Amino acid sequence: MSERENILGRIREALKVAAPLPGSHGDMTVHAATEPPANQAREWLPLVGTSVAEQFELFAKNAADLKADFQLLASRDELEAALLKLRDAEKWRRVASHGGELTDFACKTLGLPVTLTDRGYEVQEMEKCDAGITECDALIAQTGGVALTSRSAGGRALSVLPPHHVVIARREQLVADLPAAFARLQSKYAPDYPSMISFITGPSRTGDIERILVLGAHGPKKLTILCQ
Amino acid sequence: MSTFVSDFKSRATEKAGDLRHRQVIRTALRSYEIVRDKRKAAFQSWESARQAAAETKWEAINHLDTHLEALTAKLEARGTKVHWASNGEQAREIIAQILRDKKARCIIKSKAMTSEEIHLNHALEKEGFTVVESDLGEFIVQLRHEPPYHIVFPSMHLTRGEIKELFQKELGDAPSDSPEELTMVARRVMRQKYITADVGFTGANFAIAETGMISITENEGNARLTAALPKTMITLLGIEKVLPRFSDLALFLPMLATAGAGQPMTCYNTMYSGPRQPGECDGPEEWHVVLLDNRRTELLADAEQRDALHCIRCGACLNVCPIFRNVGGHTYGTTYSGPVGSVITPHLRGLQDWKHLSNASSLCGACTEACPVKIDLHHHLLQNRRNASAREPAFFEKLAYQIFGIVANEPLFWSVAKKIGWLTQPLQRAVKASALDPAKAWTKTRDLPPQPRESFKDWWRNRK
Repeated sequence: MSERENILGRIREALKVAAPLPGSHGDMTVHAATEPPANQAREWLPLVGTSVAEQFELFAKNAADLKADFQLLASRDELEAALLKLRDAEKWRRVASHGGELTDFACKTLGLPVTLTDRGYEVQEMEKCDAGITECDALIAQTGGVALTSRSAGGRALSVLPPHHVVIARREQLVADLPAAFARLQSKYAPDYPSMISFITGPSRTGDIERILVLGAHGPKKLTILCQ
Repeated sequence: MSTFVSDFKSRATEKAGDLRHRQVIRTALRSYEIVRDKRKAAFQSWESARQAAAETKWEAINHLDTHLEALTAKLEARGTKVHWASNGEQAREIIAQILRDKKARCIIKSKAMTSEEIHLNHALEKEGFTVVESDLGEFIVQLRHEPPYHIVFPSMHLTRGEIKELFQKELGDAPSDSPEELTMVARRVMRQKYITADVGFTGANFAIAETGMISITENEGNARLTAALPKTMITLLGIEKVLPRFSDLALFLPMLATAGAGQPMTCYNTMYSGPRQPGECDGPEEWHVVLLDNRRTELLADAEQRDALHCIRCGACLNVCPIFRNVGGHTYGTTYSGPVGSVITPHLRGLQDWKHLSNASSLCGACTEACPVKIDLHHHLLQNRRNASAREPAFFEKLAYQIFGIVANEPLFWSVAKKIGWLTQPLQRAVKASALDPAKAWTKTRDLPPQPRESFKDWWRNRK
């Protein structure tokens, strides 16, 4: 018999005796809810406000708490100005990015040598880039973070290897809360999900030395979210 | 007394008296307590969220066979190789065989307590593979050749000065004791390792049955890199990690972050559903997922304590436990320390050898209250005590209670005992805390109050 069958056999044997439901204190008459218990998560998670304006305000506040830089921009011109300002302030010489409507615009605006990931790339070369510029799938007001995938954001490494991750997003990508973000990913991709889905909530960090916050542990030290 | 007990006792005695250790742990946890409470308060209802999380894990664990079958079918459909290991030895062999097949030399690891559980690093190093821990805390304790102090904060027992000295000695590079600069030293060392490693190794926080995904939670980005750069990826997880649905993560991710570190969300929460897929530009060519039993099915068979498998390893119960805070993580001598470690270790490693952990508890219930999935931790400690003594009764303790039972049940014996009890006290004082004293563990640090010659009942009757 295979190990798989051995383990499944032991599980089935063990489950012949029923376990008390949580919160029932051993009273088996309590019945489990008919719908998935986590379906009502929205009612228990932190409040998000009802209007889009409130949610953008909440996103900005949460992003600031996470030490991410969030800029809500009114037009393509403002996006262009924001990108050029970043390029000049940090003296970027080379960036990495991927093909996409917003990223193409960004690369053209910057006028720098670009490492594109779409058709494969050299890790060493990406490691030397000053910034990784990606699109995303959702901005989440509740957490101040973004959700992206290997398909929407140029693969797995682009959003973590360069020292500065710049996300370029559209206003309609804002969702209120985590359940909405999961629903959006589900409706966009299911059943053929990209092999990586990542919720990025602030720049890379660690507290492993005396629980003191340090940014840029392994991933990017800076996270900029430009939303047009 | 087994060596496990005597080791535990001597380490606990030493650490409990170590004021420096206490200060370090207290400082490390103070800011955690503040942010955790703030984050909990931000929930509209933390209590309802806990109940839903407990019910979701209940559903997952009580239909574990169907969920595991769904999970593996989905994973395999997208080219992932799923392996099953009944014990640590099998898991180590599966992993070592993959490394041999790939002719690998260097393995880069992101944090995985399951790999500590099966002593993976030691086994791989013995075979000549280089194993590099990439999580900063794990990297620090690896350089010190010691196990992680805490399941979430592996190096919380060390000060920046000690880490600076360690880096100077082991890496020859430590410009100052600033946490920022020390972190950057580790980052530089690790970047080179990432580029040269043949195999990336990760643990897992959740496994989604519905979609066939492994979800990994981390702050540093090291697991993201581990799953992106090396050509082969291996993930080791306990079979209890399953959640039924993708959308369950909308509840579990913020709860794990809140309970574990007082964060709204951990920095990177990433779901992997396969190796590099057609049309994708990077990621491993091969992904091996190793499902580990290692006596989890024995805990599953104990319906009374089955909910201990609901544990999401957030570490909240360790952080609030007065015992953990005083004796420290290494004292336990187990992979999983603190209240949840004391509950599950007797199941994973043998009740009689590890039953002493159930007594390392004040039964204050702080752990049960802190648990985001409502595991009845302090009652399970009592149940472990009960089970241990039912299977192997302590002779003298049992005898003492039997005598007490006879005396207390018979009014005549009781009244005599009350009258002459004080006479025996000088005898007790003579042997107090010596080998002859049956209660020496207790009396060593405590005095028995003098027994009055007159009982309360007599005093009441004779007053005026």
